[in-house]
Amino acid sequence: MKRYSAFAVAREAFRHHAGWERAWRNPEPKKSYDVIIIGAGGHGLATAFWLGKNHGITNVAVIEKGWLGGGNTGRNTTIIRSNYLQDPSAAIYEKSRSLYETMSQDVNYNIMFSPRGVMMLAQTHHEVRGYLRTEHANNLQGVATTFVGPEKVKELCPIINIDGPRYPVLGALWQPRGGTARHDAVAWGYARACSDMGMDIIQQCEVTGVRQQGGQVTGVDTTKGAIDCKKLGIVVAGHSGVLADMAGFRLPLESVALQALVSEPIKPCMDVVVMANTVHGYMSQSDKGEMVIGGGTDGYNNYTQRGSFHHIEETVRALIETFPMISRLKMLRQWGGIVDVTGDRSPIIGKTPLGNCFINCGWGTGGFKAIPGSGWATAEMIAKGEPGPLAAEFGMDRFKEGRFIDESVAAGVAH
Amino acid sequence: MLTLNCPYCGIAADETELSPGGQAHLKRFGPGSSEDEFEGYLFMRENPRGVHFERWRHSNGCGKWFHAARCTSTLEVFGTYSAQTVEPPAELRKTISEKRPGWSWGEFS
Repeated sequence: MKRYSAFAVAREAFRHHAGWERAWRNPEPKKSYDVIIIGAGGHGLATAFWLGKNHGITNVAVIEKGWLGGGNTGRNTTIIRSNYLQDPSAAIYEKSRSLYETMSQDVNYNIMFSPRGVMMLAQTHHEVRGYLRTEHANNLQGVATTFVGPEKVKELCPIINIDGPRYPVLGALWQPRGGTARHDAVAWGYARACSDMGMDIIQQCEVTGVRQQGGQVTGVDTTKGAIDCKKLGIVVAGHSGVLADMAGFRLPLESVALQALVSEPIKPCMDVVVMANTVHGYMSQSDKGEMVIGGGTDGYNNYTQRGSFHHIEETVRALIETFPMISRLKMLRQWGGIVDVTGDRSPIIGKTPLGNCFINCGWGTGGFKAIPGSGWATAEMIAKGEPGPLAAEFGMDRFKEGRFIDESVAAGVAH
Repeated sequence: MLTLNCPYCGIAADETELSPGGQAHLKRFGPGSSEDEFEGYLFMRENPRGVHFERWRHSNGCGKWFHAARCTSTLEVFGTYSAQTVEPPAELRKTISEKRPGWSWGEFS
């Protein structure tokens, strides 16, 4: 595959851009693979990428029901941060954040990573104490965050109203190396790199059954026929429970809708990401000028990729209180994704009751930021058959054993 | 917007009047139960793509808890019923069977 570079752009400019290749192949499935990954979202593609890159396993198929990156990978607010409280979380999210820094070079695809800084507002005294604690924890974990006062908040983001009557801004947890990236490019970049390594990305191919023999997976039934595999990775976010049901085991999670929306584009007014967890909304400005807005999940099980309107209203109401200048903005687009939420709001990366079947799920509302690190950890587990240091704590047996990685309390609500 | 009929006060309540309360008909386990039973009770929820039974509270209304049967893949509401029961009423199960032949949920079908 031809590399993307400034030279390539110049070369193509002189020949009417006739020489660009397809970014990835669109093959029919082979009869068998060493590893099948179900789900060509960010996490699935990242898993395949690191299987090839770190472990030399390239006889891999990534199977996707819809189109690649069409699920939650294309439906999030693209925030990247690693300021988590618990050690296992900080380790994997920080690994992920650091991999985002070099991802454009790693996959030779511009993912537009923008380390513009992420600010989590403290608007109650509880939150101030909570974030001071997180700051100390992060410093011990090697994650660079600082707690800043309201003046600094105003300096970093002048459009914030820090004197709100109900929830004044008392400070913020500031992670200068957090930021955003182009979410589609993350999927496309990995897909192109995987395809280049000889992996097959098979879209519009829904898995309908998991074939097994003697406690081992032998292959999957799909709408494009049966495909054999030596190892299976299930990386499907919202539909994890459905896939687990096919494979014959249960998962400790529930699937709910999470929504996001963007405004009409306006001139640059905000060059950081702001999360306001007490009033429950977060916002950043995309390179196109749209304000990208997210809020909380619905409270009931849902597989429809449609959320409740009143949650949008609550989110927007909260953000107008925080950023009064956006009150006249029109919202252009709104969408929903189905996220799988665990009891402790931390993901599951681990083995399953089937010997050669591995699962990566439960990222809930915060999966995008974790894509490269999650893929790294899942690839290591699939290649070696055992979870490595990054994934070790995230096995699903933690619920039985009471070893929670409790971010539901630590991270507030938005996560 | 999701609308459920409150079986107590009899009105059609919008989602904004209601609070979701999670899976219905949980089997509760107490002291002396095994780790597997506790794990199932505390964390393993039914998470079907299809027929689902849930608890709801008419929090901005009469305040009562009730049960609802919904489809999670279409958001269709099959019906609501009193919380003073340990299983979905036979009539409601019949209605669901007509609309979703072959459904099953936990121990019910």
